[in-house]
Amino acid sequence: MMQRLTGAERQLALIISVLTLLSGLAMAAAGRADPLGIHGWIVVLFAGAVFLLTLGSIYDPEPREDRAVSYYDDPTKVGLILALGWAVVGMGMGVWVAAQLAWPDLRFDAAWSSFGRIRPVHTSGVIFGFGGNALIATSFHVMQRTSRARLAGHVSPWFVLLGFNLFCIIAASGYLMGVTQSKEYAEPEWYADIWLVIVWVVYFVLYIRTLARRNEPHIYVANWYYLAFILVVAVLHIVNNLAVPASLTGAKSYSAFSGVQDAMTQWWYGHNAVAFFLTAGFLGMLYYFLPKRAERPIYSYRLSILSFWGITFFYIWAGSHHLHYTALPQWVQTLGMTFSVMLLVPSWASAGNALMTLNGAWHKVRDDATLRFMMVAAVFYGLSTFEGSFMAVRAVNSLSHYTDWTVGHVHAGAMGWVALISFGSIYAVVPLLWQRETMYSWKLVEWHFWLALSGTVIYVFAMWNSGITQGLMWRTYTESGTLAYSFTDTLVAMHPYYVARAVGGALFLTGAVLALFNVVMTIRHAPEKRPERDYPTSSEATEPAVPAAE
Amino acid sequence: MTHELTSAIAKSFGLFYLLALSIGITVYAFWPSLGKRFDKAANSILDDEDGPCR
Repeated sequence: MMQRLTGAERQLALIISVLTLLSGLAMAAAGRADPLGIHGWIVVLFAGAVFLLTLGSIYDPEPREDRAVSYYDDPTKVGLILALGWAVVGMGMGVWVAAQLAWPDLRFDAAWSSFGRIRPVHTSGVIFGFGGNALIATSFHVMQRTSRARLAGHVSPWFVLLGFNLFCIIAASGYLMGVTQSKEYAEPEWYADIWLVIVWVVYFVLYIRTLARRNEPHIYVANWYYLAFILVVAVLHIVNNLAVPASLTGAKSYSAFSGVQDAMTQWWYGHNAVAFFLTAGFLGMLYYFLPKRAERPIYSYRLSILSFWGITFFYIWAGSHHLHYTALPQWVQTLGMTFSVMLLVPSWASAGNALMTLNGAWHKVRDDATLRFMMVAAVFYGLSTFEGSFMAVRAVNSLSHYTDWTVGHVHAGAMGWVALISFGSIYAVVPLLWQRETMYSWKLVEWHFWLALSGTVIYVFAMWNSGITQGLMWRTYTESGTLAYSFTDTLVAMHPYYVARAVGGALFLTGAVLALFNVVMTIRHAPEKRPERDYPTSSEATEPAVPAAE
Repeated sequence: MTHELTSAIAKSFGLFYLLALSIGITVYAFWPSLGKRFDKAANSILDDEDGPCR
């Protein structure tokens, strides 16, 4: 893989890894026994591994491939495998967390294995580790194809991918040591946040530079979604993580905001993490891979533009629905509620657009589990956005908030929509990238589909039941005006649903393990198939490309 | 920057710029002469594996 970089690029990679290694050493020296110091050593190990890998091929001959005739897919390939690896780790942690709630003894009495520490390992592992790597990898794929241009750079995609994974490792290992700034989905401390800003800016510049090289006059709608994901996540991340470190030699920091402003900033961030990390980027995936797999153009391109702007402008305002019945001013709550209800329009426009694209190709959906993954993802996208708009209504929220209903809603989106569209896209793109005839085993894809679907349905139904039971028990009063149930009564009532939830999660995890196995076996054993390629056309030429055979 | 000022801006300017944006985008998305460009874009992804053009 290193042999495809030029000598100068290998040197640049070497310099970057040395600089990262030195920063790691500085962190280790400053932090000593503090978690910051341990993180310093993790950075040293990571950067050292990259350094040795680069050094090993520094004197290899220059690459002889013609870069003008092919896309650069090596970072995409590595990114997809990393995504599946994180899926297994993150979902495995999720099953453990779920099992701890059903059987608390599974904590095994260690500090690092307590619920509060391994839950963020699960959430960050699946959202950032699995989702983030899948987004970065597919965005590299999609931006090149839709622009008909090679990636603008050969070192920067590696920096983005590996730098992002270093962030994920720092985050996950930090949680186990008890490092957190107590902001949901933004738990990592200041030094990890600064590192992510650097990585993210490089990612944005890479995307824009690749788009600038494009040979298609119109920027395809999937790119708009990916760009919104990159740009808005940068803004959210920077603002929500504004903090003052207690000391430069320790991990602890204090937020720049306090009180209700802090809560508002956090949920402005938190809900837009759902909007721009877990929705916009994955809609980019949907708008590229679903038409591609169905071999039909998107049903209405005009509608896709309309829903793009609808989603970007409405979502930004919706965060305050997380703070109904709090110290937040009533009108801000109402604003969030109203925009959440309005969001149903562009969300259903996207889901409907995807399903209408499949109209006329239902036989493909029946026969092809990969396309079925994408179809069911669109259905779950429609369902969970409807549920979300509904739950944001203040009166509904008074029943649902702080209950397992919220957990069920999030997982309908995360498992049913985000994970299924990612798995569908991965199955669509792996044979293409590794130039294989097909996936190693279509039966395993079929098994994965049904495991994932049944796991999601079991999970979501268990949490609906649990959440509504819990919500109703909390608000039931006796005739004398006291609460009818103690907190422990609600726990006893929820226990069977917690067991069901752990089972649903375990089915979903099994599917992810099958996916990783299937992808590895495809790379190692599936028969090769070289695609027939055309001669490239230069951007100045106006005539169409001539097939290679002539 | 007081609470009153923020809420006044949100209730006046905030309302109208969002209305203007949504009208503008709707007009753009449904502008008749752009139909060909959109159709071309929608079809462009179906056959894009033959490599970059530069």
